[in-house]
Amino acid sequence: MSQKALVEFKDLHTEFYTEAGVVKAVSGVSFQIRPGETVCVVGESGSGKSVTALSLMRLLANNAKIVKGEIIFDGRDVLKLKPHEMRRLRGNEIGMIFQEPMTSLNPVLTVGEQIMEPIIEHRMFSKREARKYAIELIEMVGIPRAHEIVDAYPHELSGGMRQRIMIAIALSCEPKLIIADEPTTALDVTIQAQILDLLRKLKSEKNVALMLITHDLGVVAEMADYVVVMYGGRVVEEGKVMEVFKNPRHPYTEGLLKAKPIIGERKERLYTIPGQVPSPLNLPLYCHFADRCPYVMPVCKEQYPDTFIDADGHKVACWLHAEGARA
Amino acid sequence: MTQYIIRRLIESIPTIIGASIIIFLVFTMAPGDFISAQFGMDSKMTQEKKEELRELYGLNKPLPERYAIWMGEIVKGNFGESYLYKKPVTDVINTFVWNSFILSATVLVLQWMAAALVGIVAAIKQYTLYDQLVTLFVFLAMSLPSFFLGLLLLKLFAVDYRIFPLGGMSSTGIPHEGWAYIKDVMWHMALPVITLTMLSIGGLTRYFRTSMLEVIRQDYVRTAYAKGLKDHVVIFKHALRNALLPLITLFALELPGLFSGAIITERIFNWPGIGKVTLDAIFQRDYPLVMGFTLFISVLTILGNILADVLYGVADPRVRHR
Amino acid sequence: MTVQPEALKSSGQNSKMRSKKVDSPWRSAFRRLLKNKFAITAFIVLIFMFLFSFVGPYFSPYKDAKISVRDQYKPPSAEHWLGTDQLGRDVVLRLMEAGQISLLVGLAATGIIVLIGVTVGLLAGFYGGWIDTILMRFADIMYAIPTLPLLITFGAILSDLKFPPDQRIYLIMFVIGVISWMGLSRLVRSQILSLKEQEFMLATEALGLSDRRKIFSHLLPNVVPIIIVSGTLGVAGAILLESSLSFLGLGVIPPTPSWGQMLSSANNMIDFAKRPWLWIPPGVAILITVVSINVIGDGLRDALDPKMKR
Repeated sequence: MSQKALVEFKDLHTEFYTEAGVVKAVSGVSFQIRPGETVCVVGESGSGKSVTALSLMRLLANNAKIVKGEIIFDGRDVLKLKPHEMRRLRGNEIGMIFQEPMTSLNPVLTVGEQIMEPIIEHRMFSKREARKYAIELIEMVGIPRAHEIVDAYPHELSGGMRQRIMIAIALSCEPKLIIADEPTTALDVTIQAQILDLLRKLKSEKNVALMLITHDLGVVAEMADYVVVMYGGRVVEEGKVMEVFKNPRHPYTEGLLKAKPIIGERKERLYTIPGQVPSPLNLPLYCHFADRCPYVMPVCKEQYPDTFIDADGHKVACWLHAEGARA
Repeated sequence: MTQYIIRRLIESIPTIIGASIIIFLVFTMAPGDFISAQFGMDSKMTQEKKEELRELYGLNKPLPERYAIWMGEIVKGNFGESYLYKKPVTDVINTFVWNSFILSATVLVLQWMAAALVGIVAAIKQYTLYDQLVTLFVFLAMSLPSFFLGLLLLKLFAVDYRIFPLGGMSSTGIPHEGWAYIKDVMWHMALPVITLTMLSIGGLTRYFRTSMLEVIRQDYVRTAYAKGLKDHVVIFKHALRNALLPLITLFALELPGLFSGAIITERIFNWPGIGKVTLDAIFQRDYPLVMGFTLFISVLTILGNILADVLYGVADPRVRHR
Repeated sequence: MTVQPEALKSSGQNSKMRSKKVDSPWRSAFRRLLKNKFAITAFIVLIFMFLFSFVGPYFSPYKDAKISVRDQYKPPSAEHWLGTDQLGRDVVLRLMEAGQISLLVGLAATGIIVLIGVTVGLLAGFYGGWIDTILMRFADIMYAIPTLPLLITFGAILSDLKFPPDQRIYLIMFVIGVISWMGLSRLVRSQILSLKEQEFMLATEALGLSDRRKIFSHLLPNVVPIIIVSGTLGVAGAILLESSLSFLGLGVIPPTPSWGQMLSSANNMIDFAKRPWLWIPPGVAILITVVSINVIGDGLRDALDPKMKR
């Protein structure tokens, strides 16, 4: 807590206006990312973790609106920036890696061209310098024959290579923060490990903060300093990774950890959390997890829980941890 | 690539032969020929004289023989002689096709520029009032009969307000050279160009809009925004380049139209193009001319198809490297 | 949409799972169509044009009027809203009668387009091999030959043969159909080809169904949306083609009226310059009808193909 936060989400509310009604994708999310830190945002699909990241980049769809809250990045409120100031942030101070390497690169431009673009845009490199630097970047992300690859088109590369190119693009302007939205979900298992290793290595070399969005607790265990667990558009638990893994305080986190297979342990069958993720179209006013929670109490169905903090800074939004509740 | 083009050209030969057979059959099976169209009312022409003339023009031989003769000459570059103009068909086409060409080429340029601009903006501003007005305009333009639009413009701008001439390609009494002549031709071109552009712009605008909308929601466009690129770079470099791919095909398919003339518009504005000549030739049963011209356009259409695929291959790296 | 938020995807799935009554594709397409204000307006306009043409004459005070040269070329007035023509006939009534022919020609020609186009597309796509090669090569050939010279020549031939005007319209319908089916056949064929790759077709193979059964109960229903959309747009195209041909005096010829034939009065310089009531109303009628049909066709495409929904 000593260091000043690089990113701070303060009570963020983001809504989508669809034919079916208003979708409250994110409602009241607050957490921080400190410089050089890796924060994993965990949750099932539909929990609002990608929308949180895209709100920071202000890359939401046209039918989405940030209705309330602040996002402070490096001392500035991102939501109040003018479009051209926002552009200076994107790609320059914040790099972003997406889930689908197959579709995230432009099929009609060479990868070199695509890496060079932000460098020329933000760093005012000449084309020649940018190309030289692009080749260095391709080498840096571990692709051999960088001199040839620079002129290749995305369809000539494998999924893993394309994701490495995306990493090169994200790192090209030496940003303070990288957002990686499920960067390995679409890849084969062996490639997943390589990409994560690369991210971890580059992150420590460049001392850049990483906001890693994932639904995979294995990834969290391997990468995270700090974990934010999201459910139904809200943060239900956050804390240091060891804390959360050893001592999960929210029943949802507990369920997630139980559901994860552990090597060397054979169970009759894996645990699954009963019930379904609630529809974001009509979220209850009380705890979103109450309908699936094994420890549900009357108060859980009356009011959304407050956030409780313990001595280690481990936060949880659950009535179980209120004064006088069952220990 | 060269191999591919050669293969496609060879494959197109049966199609061309098929088209030539159908064209030949349609026009030779047609009752009424040039002789009866020219001299049918002429009481001085006896039946025998007509037969003599038919013999002279080779109109009384069996069909397969006539086809073989016609085709054999065409392969040698001889499309026969126009009855009406008493000149080789190729000369007649060559004389008039360029008048059509300057009309069509102007229209092609205007149409693509305007459609691109209007369609792209409509896609970016989807669901706004502008977009809806464009959609409405597109439907109107797509649904106008060419002759009605032409007639309306002619009535308004040439009859009621005499801003533009009633028709033709140039004023009489003006020397056919120099700036004055070019300006005069442009003045005569205005109404037919507006008519043809209005007619063709609707569908194309729609293609641009749809293609752009499809591309704008792709992941790589989001990536481009995430890199902090300027809006116009994202739209024109990242989105438009992809949106243009399917349109390249359309462009290549329109190229034969540069030479085919616009039969109805040319007739209304009395433009001395190949379309009007074809129409007159049909009325006068000048079948060698009509057959030659129809086959010429058929071949161009087939070549346009091949060109469309080749251009697509050049433009899309995913196809190019295969 | 620039971004596909996960929240939306899952919300869609959830709401689908939760809604008790599952809509059939046709029902949901119909509901989407009802939401399209453009298309609904166009539909009402089109119904009006049909009523105008087919029911309108019964309400015309001139329905039993004789030809009278005394009344010729009257400009629009209270008695004759759109004036009279060279035979003293009321232009409004003439417009109604012409509408009957234009609409009928459009519909019938489209019937022929659909019949040929779907048959060729189905056979080529389903059987493949040499049948496919021959049929599609034939479609290529027909596609390469320019339509208008061919159509005009047909019209000229009909004039040579001195066909009676009332029988002539049937031939016009037929000829327009015969030269316009290629686009639909290509669409149907490519749709059949992609359907054949799908699992349910493999299942029909495993069940040993007859070709007839496969085509009529499994393939044909799946191409019906394409047929509906193309057919609708085809009516618009056919009406335009007929009017062009009739304008040149080679389609529908007097005394049978059609909108295009009425417009051909503009070929006469005096009528064109001095008597616009003779040719502007039929032009507007064509425009309104064709716009409505195009808008409906477009609405149908959006409704029947949710993936293309914009």
